[in-house]
Amino acid sequence: MAEDRKVAFICSKGNLDMAYPALIMGWAALGNGIDVTIFFTFWGLDIINKARVDHLELAPVGNTSMKMNMMGVPGNLGIPNFIGALPGMTALSTKLMNDKMKTLGVPPVREYLQMLIDGGAKVYACKMSVDMMGLKMDDFVDGVCDIVTAGDFMDMTDGAQMIFI
Amino acid sequence: MATKVICGKTVQVNDEGFMTNPAEWEKGMAVELAKEEGIGELNESHWKVIDFCRKEGMTSGKAPTLRQITTGTGLTTKELFGLYPKGPAKKVARISGLGKPEGCV
Repeated sequence: MAEDRKVAFICSKGNLDMAYPALIMGWAALGNGIDVTIFFTFWGLDIINKARVDHLELAPVGNTSMKMNMMGVPGNLGIPNFIGALPGMTALSTKLMNDKMKTLGVPPVREYLQMLIDGGAKVYACKMSVDMMGLKMDDFVDGVCDIVTAGDFMDMTDGAQMIFI
Repeated sequence: MATKVICGKTVQVNDEGFMTNPAEWEKGMAVELAKEEGIGELNESHWKVIDFCRKEGMTSGKAPTLRQITTGTGLTTKELFGLYPKGPAKKVARISGLGKPEGCV
């Protein structure tokens, strides 16, 4: 392994299933002695937003990969979109995913993010998205380094491998 | 299988330098292996982690992951990364004569 390997993640989505990839890969990278930087932009800001991080959701509507076998129904039976659109279905699929993660010993997003920050990952919020959503530094969990522009992020990740999520 | 001499004793190692037979490990080897990992001196906290990993490794046959180490030793993630910078679980596993830790958390 290169002595100074760097990985940078751009998290642009705030759905529950889209929060985990960067956390898991980032954690694995830290475990391998790799420098980790994460840039949260657009909906990805939900992952570092104090008020949102514990309420990330997974919607079954339009999710062709989410089959009923998650609920113990064997085979490839999908969840019809009109059923997925019923009230409570998003809450149900969110609970299912959270339960599965718990069974696997994967910590909730807030705790996982804190582990990464404590492990040395540098976490930034995107300035344009922050302005667009009317957020400020105070809205983010402890450990977020700064609010920076896309240009700043490019500067600080010189030579890093980029992963867009 | 490759071998390596640590503390005057020949032990079995894999391609990545992890010992393949944890029973060949002796306490004195930890100091030498730690030096190879860039850790000059092992203090009480370093040993707390090594002892925990040895115990885990000998009972489960596997090197513990980062989270298992913090949960098991009561050390925080920050402290663990401070003791063994740049990949604590992997470093401790090598120092403790165990295989590479498996698992994503």
